[in-house]
Amino acid sequence: MTAFVEVSHLGRSFDVSKPWLNRVIERLPRRNLVAVSDVSFQIEEGAVYALVGESGSGKSTIGRMLAGLMTPSAGTVKVAGADLHADPAARKAAGIQMIFQDPYASLNPRWKVRRIICEPVVVAGGATAGLAERLLEQVGLAAEDADKFPHEFSGGQRQRICIARALAANPRFIICDEPTSALDVSVQAQVLNLMSDLRDELGLTYMFISHDLTVVRHMADRIGVLYLGRLMEEAMPEQLFARPRHPYTQMLLAAAPLMEGRTREIDLPKGEVPDPISPPPGCAFHPRCPFAIDLCRKERPELRDVDGVRVACHRAEDIVPASAA
Amino acid sequence: MTPPPVLSVRNLVVEIPSRAGISRPVNNISYDIAPGEILGVVGESGAGKSMAGNAIIGLLDRPAHIASGEVWLNGSRIDNLPLEDLRRIRGRQIGMVFQDPLTSLNPLLRIGDQLTETIREHLPVTAAQARERAVAALEEVGIPAAAERLDSYPHEFSGGMRQRVVIALALCAEPSFVIADEPTTALDVSVQAQIIALLRRLCRDRGTAVMLVTHDMGVIAEAADRVAVMYAGRLAELGPVRSVINAPRHPYADGLMGAMPSLSIGQRRLRQIPGAMPRPSKIPPGCAFHPRCPRAADPCRVDPPPTILDDPQGRAACWFPLEHSA
Repeated sequence: MTAFVEVSHLGRSFDVSKPWLNRVIERLPRRNLVAVSDVSFQIEEGAVYALVGESGSGKSTIGRMLAGLMTPSAGTVKVAGADLHADPAARKAAGIQMIFQDPYASLNPRWKVRRIICEPVVVAGGATAGLAERLLEQVGLAAEDADKFPHEFSGGQRQRICIARALAANPRFIICDEPTSALDVSVQAQVLNLMSDLRDELGLTYMFISHDLTVVRHMADRIGVLYLGRLMEEAMPEQLFARPRHPYTQMLLAAAPLMEGRTREIDLPKGEVPDPISPPPGCAFHPRCPFAIDLCRKERPELRDVDGVRVACHRAEDIVPASAA
Repeated sequence: MTPPPVLSVRNLVVEIPSRAGISRPVNNISYDIAPGEILGVVGESGAGKSMAGNAIIGLLDRPAHIASGEVWLNGSRIDNLPLEDLRRIRGRQIGMVFQDPLTSLNPLLRIGDQLTETIREHLPVTAAQARERAVAALEEVGIPAAAERLDSYPHEFSGGMRQRVVIALALCAEPSFVIADEPTTALDVSVQAQIIALLRRLCRDRGTAVMLVTHDMGVIAEAADRVAVMYAGRLAELGPVRSVINAPRHPYADGLMGAMPSLSIGQRRLRQIPGAMPRPSKIPPGCAFHPRCPRAADPCRVDPPPTILDDPQGRAACWFPLEHSA
C-alpha cells in the first residue's frame, strides 16, 4: 500500500532579521528562525496521523504547509501522488481542508452559517442547494441553524460549523490544528466523537495537531513527536506510550498530569525549550537530556528504525525508559 | 483536632444586575481551606469558578457584587471591609497568581523593583532587607542566579520563569492564603509539571492554604488535596480528590470524568455530556444540570437539589446521587 500523504525532507525557515537599516547601523547579522527542519513522514489513506509537541515545535507550520497555505523552504509534500507545491492544480484535486483551533476567529461574524458552509463549494463552482442543511444535520446541528449568525452558537457548536464547512467540498484529507484546545472537556468529547464517526463514514484521512497527549492517544493511529522543528520519534500509540524510545518523549510523558494521580517524586523535566533562532548544535534536545554524550553535542541524529519505531537518538538502543526500569 | 481553616466561604452569592434581570454567576457556595491544603476548583467555562475567586478577594468589577454570604480569612470577616482595608489584606495575607504571567508583571519595571516594592508595602523592612528578601524569594521558586536576575525586565524571562517570578511576587509577603487562577494554562506540559511541583512544595513547607482554580482536571488530580466541582455557579460536588475522581456522586462530576480522554485507558468512544453549560442569565429552575443529566426526574426540574453529606469530607448537591459500593 502506498502512502496517501508523503512528506519528505520538509523544512521551513523564517527571516526574523531587523530591518536592513538597523542591520547596517547596529552591525547585526541576518537572523533565521528554523521552524521546521528535515521532517519526513507518510500518512496512509484513512489513517489519523498526529503531531504532538510543545509550543514552538513547528507543528502548526507543518500543518499549514500540508494544507498548501505556506510554501516550504525545503523538501516536498505529495498528496495522492502529486506534488502540492509544484503543481497548483494538485491542491484542488487532493481535496484538502483545514479545521483551526479557535472557532471564534475562524468564522466570519458577518456571514450567516449557510454562506460560511457553502463558501468552499461556491469557490469551486459547485451546486449548493440544500448542502448547508444536510451538512449541519450530519455534524449534529439543526437544519434551521443555517440562517443564524456565528455569535448565536457556543464554542462547541461553532467547531461543528467549522467541521461542516470542511466537509462541504468533499475532502479526502482534513488537517485539524488543535481542534479542541479551545473547548471544554465535555464539549471536547462531543467533537472528538463526531470526528471519529465522520472518519468511519466518509473514509477521511486526518492529520491531527495537538499538544495534548491524552487527546492524541485517543485519536491517532500513528504519532509523530516534534521538538524544535525536528521529528524526534514516530510510533503507534501503543508503542509510544508503553515504551517511549526518545528521551524527549519520555520526559513529555512523565510530565503529563495523570488522572490516577501520584505523589510526584520522579525527576522533573529540566529547563525549557531553547530559542529556535539559535538551536543547540547536534541533537536539539541534548542540553535537557539526561543521557547526552559528546556525540549528541556534535552530530544531529538521523531518524532511524529501532524495533519498528522511528527514533532520532544516538543512544536509542542503550537507554531504558524510566517506566520499564 | 483539626486546625481552624485559613479561608472560610459561607453561602456566597454574586449577582450581576442587568436590564434583562439579575443573574447569579455564583450561587450559594460554601467551603473551607485548611492551612497547607490545596483546594482545586474545577469547572468548564462559565461555571463561575474565576468569579467566585475574584469575589473572595474583593476584586469583582461593577456591576457584579456580593449579594449575600460571608468570607472569613484567619478568623476575621473580609467581604464587608472598606476597599482600602481590603487592599492592605491583599498582598499581605492573600497572594495572587494569574494565568498570563506577562500581563501580571509590569513590563517597564525590573523584577527586583516589583518584588521590593511589594515587600516594602507590606512589611516593615529597609530597602536593603527588602532586596535580600527578594533574592531569597526568587531562589525559593527555583530561579538560577537570582541576585543577578533582579535587574532583568520581565521580557527577558521565558514563560515558565516568568510564572515563577509571579509566584515569588505572590509569596514575598508570606501570605497565609494564595489564589492561583489557571496558573499553568499558558505553559507547556514540561513547564507545567515544574510549576505544579513548586506550588505543592511551597504550600507544604509554609502551611499556605491554596485555592487552585482551573479547567484542567489533570492539574487538579496532580496538585489538589480536595476538589470542588462547579456547575452554572453552584457547587455540584466537593470532596477529597481521589474519591471525586474515582467515585463521583454527582452526575455532572461523573460525566466530566468520563469525557476525559485518559492516558492509561484505551476506549473507542468518549462518554459525552449532551448540550452545553447554560448562560448565567438562563439557568434552568430546579437543578441547573437537569437538562443534560441522564438521571433527571421530576423533582430535579422543580426544586434545587438537597446537599447530601454522607462522607465527613465530601458533599454533593443532587436528588439522585450515584451510589458506589465500597
